[in-house]
Amino acid sequence: MYIAASRTSDLAAGTDRKPALKRVSANVVALGAVSLVTDVSSEMVTAVLPLYLVLGLGLNPLQFGLLDGLYAGATAVVRVLGGHLADRWRRLKAVAGFGYGLSAVCKLGLVAAGSSVAAIGVVLAADRTGKGLRTGPRDALISLSSEPEALGRSFGVHRAMDTVGAFLGPLVAMAVLALSLGSYPSVFVTSFCIAAIAVLLLALFVHDRPGAVDRAAVSLRAALGLLRQQDFRRVALWAALLGLVTVGDSFVYLVLQRRWEIAATWFPLLPLGTAGVYLVLAVPLGKLADRVGRWPVFLGGHAALCLALVLLCGPQAGLWLGIIALGLHGVFYAATDGVLMAAAGPLIPRDLRATGMAVVQTGQAVARMLSSVLFGLAWTLWDLRPAVLVAAACLAAVALAAALAKPVRP
Amino acid sequence: MKKIVLALAGTALLVAAAVVYTVSSRHETAEAGPAAQLTLAPGQLFYRDTATGRVGAVPLADAGAKPQLSGLKCDRFAVAGQTAVCLAVKPGTLPAVTDVLVLDGRLGVRHTETLPGTPSRARVSPDGKRVYWTLFVTGDSYAQTGFSTRAGLYEVDTGRLVKTIEELPVFVEGKRYFAADVNYWGITFAPDGNRFYATLGSKGKTYLVEADYGRYRGKALRENVECPSLSPDGKRVAFKKKVGEGVWRLSVLDLATLRETELAETRSVDDQALWQDDHTVLYGLENAVWAVPADGSGAPRQLVGGAASPAVTG
Repeated sequence: MYIAASRTSDLAAGTDRKPALKRVSANVVALGAVSLVTDVSSEMVTAVLPLYLVLGLGLNPLQFGLLDGLYAGATAVVRVLGGHLADRWRRLKAVAGFGYGLSAVCKLGLVAAGSSVAAIGVVLAADRTGKGLRTGPRDALISLSSEPEALGRSFGVHRAMDTVGAFLGPLVAMAVLALSLGSYPSVFVTSFCIAAIAVLLLALFVHDRPGAVDRAAVSLRAALGLLRQQDFRRVALWAALLGLVTVGDSFVYLVLQRRWEIAATWFPLLPLGTAGVYLVLAVPLGKLADRVGRWPVFLGGHAALCLALVLLCGPQAGLWLGIIALGLHGVFYAATDGVLMAAAGPLIPRDLRATGMAVVQTGQAVARMLSSVLFGLAWTLWDLRPAVLVAAACLAAVALAAALAKPVRP
Repeated sequence: MKKIVLALAGTALLVAAAVVYTVSSRHETAEAGPAAQLTLAPGQLFYRDTATGRVGAVPLADAGAKPQLSGLKCDRFAVAGQTAVCLAVKPGTLPAVTDVLVLDGRLGVRHTETLPGTPSRARVSPDGKRVYWTLFVTGDSYAQTGFSTRAGLYEVDTGRLVKTIEELPVFVEGKRYFAADVNYWGITFAPDGNRFYATLGSKGKTYLVEADYGRYRGKALRENVECPSLSPDGKRVAFKKKVGEGVWRLSVLDLATLRETELAETRSVDDQALWQDDHTVLYGLENAVWAVPADGSGAPRQLVGGAASPAVTG
């Protein structure tokens, strides 16, 4: 009796008290590790690229910024293509791996491109293509490798690991610059080596989704049919609508800087504040989403952003209000980025998971691009603070409507 | 187990490759040769030696002579009178931070300002009393490679620092111009130390702005004029004119008649031109310093190879 009793209590304890990482599947942790290492690689390039272009090559970066904006639009299309091919060929891992690999090779391409503006443009476009291709299949793999009731937690773990990589990237780049006495090619070569480690990890430890599926099932028509399915269409539509009234990061930081007169030297640290909060809250908010519902948490994130905007433009400008606003901006990311994927996942048939997730992400991304154009226009017409307040009002209205519409049934 | 061994071995190999490459790059950028003691004596052409990043000098009359390299490392360098300015990125800072070094006639540091951004342009006013610069600033957006410019100046005598001239009230077509995206770059001062010119960039357009430093206001003179450089006689402005996306042509604008003359250099030049005298314009292009007649005649002539950011002492 004694033995049996202790066994049952052990079992009970075992199911209740497993640490967070143990409860997400090994595949999700492996994908998180791949993202972490990849982000180290890509963020180290992002950090030195402006320096390299201006000092190393003497390019005019204003022109470059324009070009960069063009690529961002192009990846939206690539993302859906990546998702669709992954579903169609039933090879999520292979398509994601190709995307990771392409981006890795592009780091060497930067060295090979030398000082040719055209070549650098092509390499960066290819890099973006790689990123676009891999995102849909990767999120589909996370979703398919998780228990449906723990999706929020899985995406939280993945996004937190991803953010750790983003933190480490600039630090590694600084170390390489210090060690090489300021050689940019060394940063690119190191970035390639790190990206190659990520591809190796993906090849060895990530498993493609289990189970054989009927190849004929995934046609272009089936993919388009997704949008005819009411639940999915509503989520994609509301996500895009919310994206349309979301104020972009750079604007949030600009308001913060203007009102709090933050010295320009500290300005680049603001995004780190957001990322820090995101990192800490990604898993807890993912778990919360699993418990109380993903849509409420997703909308709660938008409410946090709305509150942050109101604080930023309110009558008071105390230091603490600024810090709270920055914190709320981090909450917005933690409550929306992975949570949306967790919310959308179960609505998409397994065979079409990558396509569906890419469609939702693309809708949101395109809407956000449009939003930043509109917001820029409002800013020039009315000045920054009125523009932010109007944006906050729109955001509140759309979020409220989304809460009433309840596109995701609990 | 086999997979873990494979992963560890592969990782170790790739990390080792990165470290070996990084460490071996040290030699290429390492110090070469002892440093010469340079002064701002007249008749010299200064430049940035692109191989070492150090400031070098040759006699202006004999640019092919063996150059002297100082110990000073700069990304942009400029001189006028007995004042020089050196913009140097602080090593290992991300996002970049630049040291603006104000130097005396023996290239000794008189003053240092540390500002965020990446060096783009540097100049000293003809009287040697002001230094000014343009820095590229990043970090305004987290995920994108977004850039903006910040042009500022420092008064050598009074120690007054203007971190950015963005607040300069400016008139376009007679009307006060307001826009959130106003950017300035490439300042150039007249010999009187008060009148100055700069590029105003906003909403995809660029303007040549003429400004009064004392009254602190400016007006747009003309569109599509970037990186102005005023001639020693104060009558003409050499500038880069945009002729296509990322393609610029060196031109000279006569301020009295607003007539433009394209110079003989047909390649795209992305530099703030420098007047050697009233007849010759210098600029950096394709890892060398070039000279071209300011009246549109003749042909470009290479002065020094492996060089950028030319500066001359009068």
